[in-house]
Amino acid sequence: MSAQALSPKPMSSMKATEMTSAESPTERLRSFFYMCRSHGNTGLLVLLGLLFLTFTILLPGRFATHDTMVSMMFQLPELGLLALAMLFPLLSGGFNLAIIATTNMAALLMAWIMVTYVDPTGGNAGLIVALALLAGLVTVILVGAFTGYLVATLNTHPILVTLGTMSIISGFCVWLTRGKPIAGFPESVQSLGNAIYLGIPLPFWIFTAATIAVGLLLSRTRFGISVYMVGSNLEATRYSGINTRNVLISIYAASSVLCWCAAILMMARFNSASAGYAASYLLITVLAAILGGVDPNGGFGKVSGLFIALLVLQVISSGLNLLGVNTQLTQATWGGTMIVVMAVRYLIARFGWFKPRRKLAKSTV
Amino acid sequence: MHNLLTQFKRSSEAYLTAVILLFIVILGVLTPDFLTLNNWVDLIESYSVTAILAIGLFVVLVTGGIDISFAATASVAQYVAAYCAARLNLPAPVVLLAGAAIGTLLGCFNAFLIDRLRATAIIITISTMSVYFALLMYFTSGKSIYGLPAWWSDSVVLFEWATGPDESVRLTLPIVVMVLVAVVTAFIMNRTSLGRQLYAMGGNPEAARRVGVSISSMQWFAYGYLGLLAGIAGLLQAHRVGESVPNAMIGSELNVIAAAVLGGASLMGGIGSVSGVVLGILLLAILRNGLNLLGVSPYFFQIIIGVILLASTGITGLSLRRRRVAEVS
Repeated sequence: MSAQALSPKPMSSMKATEMTSAESPTERLRSFFYMCRSHGNTGLLVLLGLLFLTFTILLPGRFATHDTMVSMMFQLPELGLLALAMLFPLLSGGFNLAIIATTNMAALLMAWIMVTYVDPTGGNAGLIVALALLAGLVTVILVGAFTGYLVATLNTHPILVTLGTMSIISGFCVWLTRGKPIAGFPESVQSLGNAIYLGIPLPFWIFTAATIAVGLLLSRTRFGISVYMVGSNLEATRYSGINTRNVLISIYAASSVLCWCAAILMMARFNSASAGYAASYLLITVLAAILGGVDPNGGFGKVSGLFIALLVLQVISSGLNLLGVNTQLTQATWGGTMIVVMAVRYLIARFGWFKPRRKLAKSTV
Repeated sequence: MHNLLTQFKRSSEAYLTAVILLFIVILGVLTPDFLTLNNWVDLIESYSVTAILAIGLFVVLVTGGIDISFAATASVAQYVAAYCAARLNLPAPVVLLAGAAIGTLLGCFNAFLIDRLRATAIIITISTMSVYFALLMYFTSGKSIYGLPAWWSDSVVLFEWATGPDESVRLTLPIVVMVLVAVVTAFIMNRTSLGRQLYAMGGNPEAARRVGVSISSMQWFAYGYLGLLAGIAGLLQAHRVGESVPNAMIGSELNVIAAAVLGGASLMGGIGSVSGVVLGILLLAILRNGLNLLGVSPYFFQIIIGVILLASTGITGLSLRRRRVAEVS
């Protein structure tokens, strides 16, 4: 078995400039496909296009409509923000099982402050809401930083560390609330969930902004590069003079901040907060990230891939929903999509489809 | 003998035994009900299903893999068996065989994907978990099966002895099955060449491959065995509660992983023992039971699991680092 030799790492060193004009048309087509593949997201975009086309044909006048698009843009952001929260640890070769617990904790804390201190006659709502948001933000950053510190110092797999913190956080939430939801927020919070600006729902604006911010953070800053380096090789990163402990602390703190964003959206949408919300999203976020081309071992992956993967999942679920397919079955297709995509990626890597045959040998030397 | 003793002192089993004894003493002093035989039998029985799952998961963890889908596998096996028994009125042996076979099959399907796609086990099993569970919920519409036949739902008492005028201690089927599973697994892992190969693969897959261990066969065995045990656990769980609820076992995955890791298994593979896993389960069972008797809110238990998990993995991780530093210097 030569798993290493066959592993589907694209040859990123292959550039378009290496393709000469002295190729036959089929060879040029081959090179084009290969170039697309090594660029990353083309396969996913093709999948997205195909799905979109299929549903448009299957549901004439019902899928490709303004209403459907808007409802998709209302549904996507929660899973999207949580998937972004999972992205940072995944890129660093880790895992954050505590994202849902952190989200619910932040939502419960903010909900409790609002419900307890907002004067029912109005007046102080704005101030209290702002204070609640600030309190939530500070708490999640502290929790995230502490998780990161534990990951960096305990010398244990992040899955176990975050399994522990998840257990503690959600245990506290359930214990303090006895499992009951907290409901009844000021108008300003509720309006967040259904406001529409320029034809696009506010949650989707928030999600898009967060995606762009994360993208810039990962590709344009010292911290972002450190995240990838830690994911590729922690020890080498340490020896290259980067304080890996601080990087890990920042990674889990950033992950928590995204949970805080998700918490605000969830509060606005459900008009309540509970320790039990969104539990089924936990592992789906991992699927979305891997579907988007993130390497589960860390070090590789882009925000753009994740974004398209989320669109793919949302198109599948909205389309099947309109077709009248059961929600449970939709979830099964998500898992099935993941397996099929992995199989296709493996087959491409295994049998070298779309690889320009003659050029490959030279470029690898 | 001296050698064995020093070896034991260093092992995680020794830590666990010490911690368990400490808790037994504390809880025994605080609550008089704790140290009764009845309570202990109840306590062990209530954790028998979790223990079987944890032992199965341990075999996968030893190879350096992980499985998230076993609870879904157990649910599917249980439901199919319950359907065969309650709706199709099939005889007991066929039903039991069906449950075990479905479990093994679903486990082998995981192995097939992991082996053939050369993909990370956690990603594959998250996917299959979502597929298995969603299909189960779809085909059953979430409906439970109540009227299980008497041979299945009646509690089986293998041994009974009176401890008082109206009291008696009963050795029931779940405990016996759990002990059998533990003994058989321990035998496979410690006394057979198969077990040594599983450990070797977890320790260093490349080295194991070069000395002639078939990585594929090991994966098929590990995931298939976990599937089989998940099927058995599913059957037992229905036996205990007398019905089959499709989502009854979902959500226990992470707790089972915590129990296996608490018992000394590592997500890196290659280490751990069945006795450690059993001790880990025992620790959780004692704590839950003791806190219950002390009147502590059951909600609080989850926090304690988290703290214990962090503490135990932290101690292991730090001691590994210290040992490595000592070796270097």
